[in-house]
Amino acid sequence: MATQLPNWMALAPTLVLAATALVLLLIDSIDPDSSSRGLLAGTATIGSLAAVGFAVWFLIAGTGEEPISLYGDALVVDTMALFFAFVFASVTAMVSVASYDYLRDHSYQGEYYALVTLAATGMTLMAAANSLAVVFVSLELASLPSYALVAILKKNRGSVEAGLKYFLIGALSSSIMVYGISLVYGVTGSMILSDVASAAGGTELTGVLGIGVLMILGGFAFKTASVPFHFWAPEAYEGAPAPISAFLSSASKAAGFAVAFRVFTVAFPASQLANVDWVLAAQILAVVTMTLGNFAAATQDKVKRMLAYSSIGHAGYALIALASLSGGNDSFVLGAGMAHLLVYGFMNTGAFLFIALTEYWSVGRNFEDFNGLSEQAPFACGVMTLFMFNLAGLPVGGGFMSKYFLFGAAVDAGFWWLAALGAINSALSLYYYSRVVKAMWIEEPSGDLDIESKPVGLYAALATAALVTVLLLPGFGPVWEYATQAASALVA
Amino acid sequence: MLIEALIAVTLASAFAVFLAPDKIAGKLAFALSLIPVVGSLWMYSTFEATGNALTQGGSLAFEENFQWVVAGPYSLNWHVGLDGISMPLVVLTTILTTLALLASWTPIQERQSQFYGLMLFLEASLLGVFSALDFFLWFVFWEMVLVPMYVLIGVWGGPRRKYAAIKMFVYTNIASLVMFIGFVALVFGLGDSVTTFDLPAVAQALRGGQLQGLGPIGAETLKVVAFFAMFAGFAVKVPVVPFHTWLPDAHVEAPTPVSIMLAGVLLKMGTYALLRFNFTMLPQTAADYAPLIATFAVVSVIYGAMLALAQSDLKRIVAYSSVSSMGYVILGLVAYTMYGMGGATFQMVAHGLISGLMFMAVGVIYNTTHTRMVSDMSGMASKMPFTVAVFVAGAFGYMGLPLMAGFAGELFIFLGAFSAETLGTAAPLFTSAAMFGIVIVAGYLLYAMQRTLFGPFELETDYEVGPAAFHDVAPLVVLVLLVILLGVDPNIFYTMIQDAVSPLVPAAGGGL
Repeated sequence: MATQLPNWMALAPTLVLAATALVLLLIDSIDPDSSSRGLLAGTATIGSLAAVGFAVWFLIAGTGEEPISLYGDALVVDTMALFFAFVFASVTAMVSVASYDYLRDHSYQGEYYALVTLAATGMTLMAAANSLAVVFVSLELASLPSYALVAILKKNRGSVEAGLKYFLIGALSSSIMVYGISLVYGVTGSMILSDVASAAGGTELTGVLGIGVLMILGGFAFKTASVPFHFWAPEAYEGAPAPISAFLSSASKAAGFAVAFRVFTVAFPASQLANVDWVLAAQILAVVTMTLGNFAAATQDKVKRMLAYSSIGHAGYALIALASLSGGNDSFVLGAGMAHLLVYGFMNTGAFLFIALTEYWSVGRNFEDFNGLSEQAPFACGVMTLFMFNLAGLPVGGGFMSKYFLFGAAVDAGFWWLAALGAINSALSLYYYSRVVKAMWIEEPSGDLDIESKPVGLYAALATAALVTVLLLPGFGPVWEYATQAASALVA
Repeated sequence: MLIEALIAVTLASAFAVFLAPDKIAGKLAFALSLIPVVGSLWMYSTFEATGNALTQGGSLAFEENFQWVVAGPYSLNWHVGLDGISMPLVVLTTILTTLALLASWTPIQERQSQFYGLMLFLEASLLGVFSALDFFLWFVFWEMVLVPMYVLIGVWGGPRRKYAAIKMFVYTNIASLVMFIGFVALVFGLGDSVTTFDLPAVAQALRGGQLQGLGPIGAETLKVVAFFAMFAGFAVKVPVVPFHTWLPDAHVEAPTPVSIMLAGVLLKMGTYALLRFNFTMLPQTAADYAPLIATFAVVSVIYGAMLALAQSDLKRIVAYSSVSSMGYVILGLVAYTMYGMGGATFQMVAHGLISGLMFMAVGVIYNTTHTRMVSDMSGMASKMPFTVAVFVAGAFGYMGLPLMAGFAGELFIFLGAFSAETLGTAAPLFTSAAMFGIVIVAGYLLYAMQRTLFGPFELETDYEVGPAAFHDVAPLVVLVLLVILLGVDPNIFYTMIQDAVSPLVPAAGGGL
């Protein structure tokens, strides 16, 4: 395949997303007051679906099984980059479709879709970054549009406040991370990940290197909403328009993990950096993140905020993948982490899109406001139930499989206590997830809410997310195959 | 592909009914549910399996085995198939679901399309439980059952439905977790000899004594720990005293059709799993602890029956009687004799039909009188003679009258348990203690019937009491006919059950 297409074509998913963003900006500049939601949402959707198509095509055709290096090794397209490109582009497509209804009567529509696709471009670059410089630039490319997107409801105080908070913490962690990168560069004299690894192995400046590595880890912790850089997450997810919350908590988080997986396995392989024990740091992060996220989620009154905290908890599960490296079967562990992020991309997006739907209907935000909602909208509540049970890890979809494989991999790597804590947390999470189900189905309706409209876009996006989540149960095989293949290329 | 088709058709029907308007949902669900009935009966008629699904030798019916996920050294498969143990339960599931759907027409008046959709979803999950032969696949279906059950009880149940639904959900879900850990520990304990979660492969390796132990835990300890982890998990589902407290709550609050499914099929998941996992995979451990398990069984029989005797709510009486009846099944299993194990399996089907019948009859009476309190009713026979006649027939079946299904099942169980080597000299003691349960069963049923059905008509209710609608009584009649049919000719199922059970029984060469 690679002989037929030029090498740069391997970046097709990224390029398509970037081009879509430009086209959207073009449309907006031709007609700044355009209210043609269909054109904007349609362009964004088609663009991201094209990116999905390229990613799937390349994965099936085997592009990237032999990693393709581009631009002096600054970028590398391998199975993992394509795997995550698929996740980001799918989430982008669902979010774009759902935004069609959500953004009705909102201003800045052109900018909205352009920012979403730009952020997605940054995320696909993050997954392909092979140089610390690209890591930083792509991370910023993904982050800056996100700040604006969170605050895009300019007249909504929550949204603006969330955007500001997100931006401030983001700027802080960016600077921490870039300082870390500079320290690592100072020690190793290279930005290219593999060169960093070879230079780091023999250095005597382990102290400086260690601080640099930890600071970089801090940058990723921000992007993945892991403790202790998680403070922005509940605010941002709650204040942002719900489709953007879906985008951030699924795609953006997965992007953080994608780049973290690559940087920490390629540049700082645990086997070579015996003096810098970042695996221990990741273990602490994982335990604290999942425990804190789950306990905080259990005490929330608002559904969207509960989902925000549970998303922090899920970051903790994904951190298990990093934390269990060096256990002997790295590709198994890492693959499990990737597979979980893919499944999570669909089930968590779906959950937030359901919140988007309730916001569209002006249903309240508390659990009580969801009471008896299933009488009005059985289909939507049915799929929300599916997402909730999936997030909790009941076997009604891919969520069970990916979680089981993640915990199983951790046990296999000898970190049974991580898996045990994960399982306990998972059991706890059933409590607050089922609260939503209970409110929707079992409680009597409290208000006299009457839902008449059934927004097509939101329903279509929800149905897609639900369908994929369910199909990922029987179809977990191929996902697992690609994930472990991608992982083994990294840790080999 | 027949099993897949059966599950797929049921799932698709569930989805179609869920989206259908309320007006036609009930009739549509009933009509669609006839497809799996016909399908399962056709499978029964062409059934050609020999031996047990989990032991070597013989062949399974409608077996399919595809690779599902390969994870490092381990592989998960889509593996389904039926043997003489699961075939009767599949038939029971499809028939009972259809009848339960018919029995829903009267009591379920709100959010019908959702109700019927969930019932069909429940059926699909149950079919999966009884046909899956890979642990993961099986566990997926096993847990899938909980979701519709939770909503069915929670939405359409009685006044304390929220409490009952959550209690059921939490109890059985924790039980599943305990069981899951027990089984997975066993598979890891097998070391490299088994790298799959395929139930037959795991069972054969365990029976072949290939358990190595897990880390610091030795093989013998692991066996016992895993056995009781699984036993505890399944005992909640059965339910065995003292793990039974969720059941009466769930039964009393659940609407009639859900009670029918709960007593008729869901409880069988517990005994079915006990048979497949505990008694097939770790027969020696089961035999070692036979007296203990038999004690659990006998206590369940007697205590459940005593509790039933003390109830004043007709539905509660039937609910507690299930605890009692499932105790017989466990006694039969632990006996490890041809009659004991075969009888236990047969009793699963028989009890499914009879308890379904009883719940349905109580439901029909409740629909007309709007009360279930024994003290509120008297002389129902004079107002609704046909329903009462069927009720009495069902009660006789429950008491184990000859020529009815209950008699065959219980007789086999007692025959088997009486000569059980696993129970040693105490076998006759356990058996006769359990047999005494029958006396109590007859006691509470006759006592309840005498007070509610016979005597002068008196009823404290504002509702007009008259004969029930045709679609309410029809499923009762079908069940009575089936109960009699199985009682007159137990060989409809018993020969195939025997064939599947014999490899497990020491005297037949199965070996402990």
